[in-house]
Amino acid sequence: METRRLRIGLVAWTVFVVAFLWVPLLVICTYAFNKSNIQDWPPAGFSTKWFGTAWDNPDVRDAFVLSVKAGIGATAFAVVFGTLLAFGLQRFQFFGRDVISFLFILPIALPGIVTGMALNRFYDVAGIGLSVWTIVIGHATFCMVIVFNNVVARLRRTSPSLIEASQDLGADGWQTFRFVTWPTIATSLVAGGLLAFALSFDEVIVTYFTAGSNNTLPLIIFGYIREGLRLPVVNVIVFAVLLLTVVPVVVSVRLTRDTGVLRQR
Amino acid sequence: MRRVKRRHVAFAVAAAALLAAFIVPSLSVGASQGGTLKMIAWDGYLDAKWVTPFEKQSGCKIQGKVAGSSSEMVSLMRNSGGQYDMVSASGDASLRLIYGGYVQPVDVSKIPQWKQFQAPFKSPPNNTVDGKHYGISLQFGPNTLLYRTDKIKNIGNSWAAIYNPKYKGKLTVPDNAIQIADAALYLMKTKPSLGIKDPYELNKTQFDATVSLLKQQKKLVKKYWTGSGDNAQLIKSGDAWLGPSWPLTTGSLLAAKVPVREFIPKEGATGWLDTWMLSAKSKNTDCAYKWYRYISSPKVQALQGVTWGETPVNSKACPYMNKLSKGSCKIYHAAEPLAYYRSLYFWKTPVPDCGNGKKDCMDFSKWENAWTEIKAS
Amino acid sequence: MAVDASSAGPALRGARRSLSAFFWRRPWLKVTALLGPPLAWLVLIYLAALAALLISGFWTSDFFTGRIVHDWTLENFKQVFSFSDTTYLRIAWSTIWMAAAVTVTDAVLAFPIAYYMARIARPRTRALLFVLVLLPLWSSYIVRVYAWRVILQENGILNWALHGVGLPDANLAFTNTSMWIVFSYVWLPFMILPVFAALERIPDNYLEASADLGARGFRTFRSVILPLALPGLVAGSIFTFSLTLGDYLTPVLIGGANAQFIGNVVFNNVGIANNVPFAAAYAVLPVLVIALYLAIARKLGAFEAL
Repeated sequence: METRRLRIGLVAWTVFVVAFLWVPLLVICTYAFNKSNIQDWPPAGFSTKWFGTAWDNPDVRDAFVLSVKAGIGATAFAVVFGTLLAFGLQRFQFFGRDVISFLFILPIALPGIVTGMALNRFYDVAGIGLSVWTIVIGHATFCMVIVFNNVVARLRRTSPSLIEASQDLGADGWQTFRFVTWPTIATSLVAGGLLAFALSFDEVIVTYFTAGSNNTLPLIIFGYIREGLRLPVVNVIVFAVLLLTVVPVVVSVRLTRDTGVLRQR
Repeated sequence: MRRVKRRHVAFAVAAAALLAAFIVPSLSVGASQGGTLKMIAWDGYLDAKWVTPFEKQSGCKIQGKVAGSSSEMVSLMRNSGGQYDMVSASGDASLRLIYGGYVQPVDVSKIPQWKQFQAPFKSPPNNTVDGKHYGISLQFGPNTLLYRTDKIKNIGNSWAAIYNPKYKGKLTVPDNAIQIADAALYLMKTKPSLGIKDPYELNKTQFDATVSLLKQQKKLVKKYWTGSGDNAQLIKSGDAWLGPSWPLTTGSLLAAKVPVREFIPKEGATGWLDTWMLSAKSKNTDCAYKWYRYISSPKVQALQGVTWGETPVNSKACPYMNKLSKGSCKIYHAAEPLAYYRSLYFWKTPVPDCGNGKKDCMDFSKWENAWTEIKAS
Repeated sequence: MAVDASSAGPALRGARRSLSAFFWRRPWLKVTALLGPPLAWLVLIYLAALAALLISGFWTSDFFTGRIVHDWTLENFKQVFSFSDTTYLRIAWSTIWMAAAVTVTDAVLAFPIAYYMARIARPRTRALLFVLVLLPLWSSYIVRVYAWRVILQENGILNWALHGVGLPDANLAFTNTSMWIVFSYVWLPFMILPVFAALERIPDNYLEASADLGARGFRTFRSVILPLALPGLVAGSIFTFSLTLGDYLTPVLIGGANAQFIGNVVFNNVGIANNVPFAAAYAVLPVLVIALYLAIARKLGAFEAL
């Protein structure tokens, strides 16, 4: 279909874009092993001492735990509410459907700083103290859309006649869900959940306004970059996070490789 | 069928791991004795050199958050629902915190080291209101002019250097609305016809002239620095060659073998007097007082002064300073600070009422607006 | 796997059956049960918070204590939309301009790779590329931004490489160009993924039909592929545009003296100047811009492609 020249061009472009995406990350990873704490290029030498420094730092450990907790909490809410939303909007036609899907884009579409400020005012007025739960609520609000997108994409690809067929065969609602619907959407849920976790884990702007004095990992990193005195630790943190997230992302991709029940190709 | 089963196992394992991740850390939190002090501090004020010994001897843990400007400190105290215990507020933040009700008075009788303070720092107007002490003084210091000696051979002896088009694209200036006072100070000395008596008390004409000067300066600025680390990186990498700075930054650059020098130009300098204040909602008063006693003691005052490059308020700090770095007591004017202290124009919040009967001075919100305007010009 | 082989007893099965029938006959009840919780969340938390913020735009703050004073006034909005002192409008304009530039750049960068991934690559390669595009989203955003600062700074890698081939310094540090590069870099995966999804959905037989009708490569691209990929492009542009419009961290870490954008002005007024009412008033501007953008995007079918 495409000419050979076009193919070669596309391959070259792809390589270029992938390189563009990864070179800065590889730069930071190289610096994670930099002997000195000055960010010059080329690096002064090879050393793994900063890994120990990072682990010994209780603030970093606490922030990591808080980030994981907030991520899990936000993902849990996002998965439940996102799925409910996907089924509610996808399977039914009703007045105001478009308005609702528009409303739910807002948490992601509006600038993070607006969401952050708004939630901060809301908590202030409502007298809610800032804690891990305020972080979770903030994150869940925009993570819902991620899960929603994934599930809706999967639902769009599956024919509703499957449900009808199942019911024709005598299954009740629960059995239809368990044997027909669930296997169809399960992988998209997991993929959406993993992406939602990623979004929550990395979030800075909304978290800044909803965390109070608590620190998530991105907030710690931001503080350290501004201080400018613990940059090697920052490099190490991002290197570790990269390694730790390869597995879930690879899993997420493998799960969504099986692309629905009736795919057109 | 097999696929579903494998996933069930996977999900179960994942769920168990997640639950563990939630429960296990929560269990260890209650284990800390002594309490945790959450503190908002300037860059370098919570250096491990004095924080680690304190944590060991007191059993209190310290969790610090660095803020880049006084306004940010006020904002953090306001927006974070009183979750911070202490804040190292400069003179232009302290009164705002007091009148905003964000801090509580401290009992100086519980802090014997306070009696060793030099007289002007025991109850200065920026932290003592109606006889109540809202925290106690910490250290004070100047905003200096820093430059790279290998890039600039002869900088002269005046703040004129930071307004000089010769250095276009090589200047870095603090991103802080209070910088307007620095420009006002320069005009106070170089354009006496404007009649500026106090760089923080500016009527409309004086203010407009100052803002106009800063808009000219903006054309020379490479980047406005947001903290000591930012400042140091800019100078280290050579993106900037000069600019107003803090002694802390100079020290860290010299330690990194970057050829720099700082000085106070002939027009004088602005400065700051810091106070450790105690949050109104703080419950960790035990640890807070332990910290007060510790950070005000002569030895620690000397250590912080020499490390940061500022002047201790404790009169007994001198001998310790000289032990750490020969002649440092004289360099930082720790022995007879009064003349030096009076030569600095300390940060304070600009208010409309500037004591001339009229209330036509620009208040700080106008400063903040003007600062945005300057940066966007 | 017979349906009757479920482990539930007859009583439970009977109850479940009548419950399903109940919902089947009343679809509106099912919709309410499904949409109720998420809608309640959105309205009671998010929309309420937005409303609270918008209302505070009509109030003022005490400059000394930072506390919000409930005096109704239009002063904040007057200052934002002022034509005598156009500072804030100019800032908004530069931000919109940057957001548009970044969106176009990302669309151009993303399309070929998305096309390759969707239609040419073998399944293994596609999965690998998918991971390679997705993984950068996982590493911390501010570190990726900071990495560029390290690359672009005076003694950084870029200049080192340029010197290596005998070229002069790029002098890119702390300029709007560097911000454009970094913004395009950070949001690129957000553009690649929806475009990939949209391109993947195009059935092969459309392209064959187009060829049968006599269209050569470019004509097919222009008349068949591009229109079908457009929803994906617009969906991706929602991310690149709005994320750039509201961003504060990149201007602070990468931008120079000229980097005054909506994000950092709003942040400075909230996080630093303690003037939440003014920040709220100013924040209305990007909200309006994005609302307009979303309305256009919806017309172009982007919401189905998200």
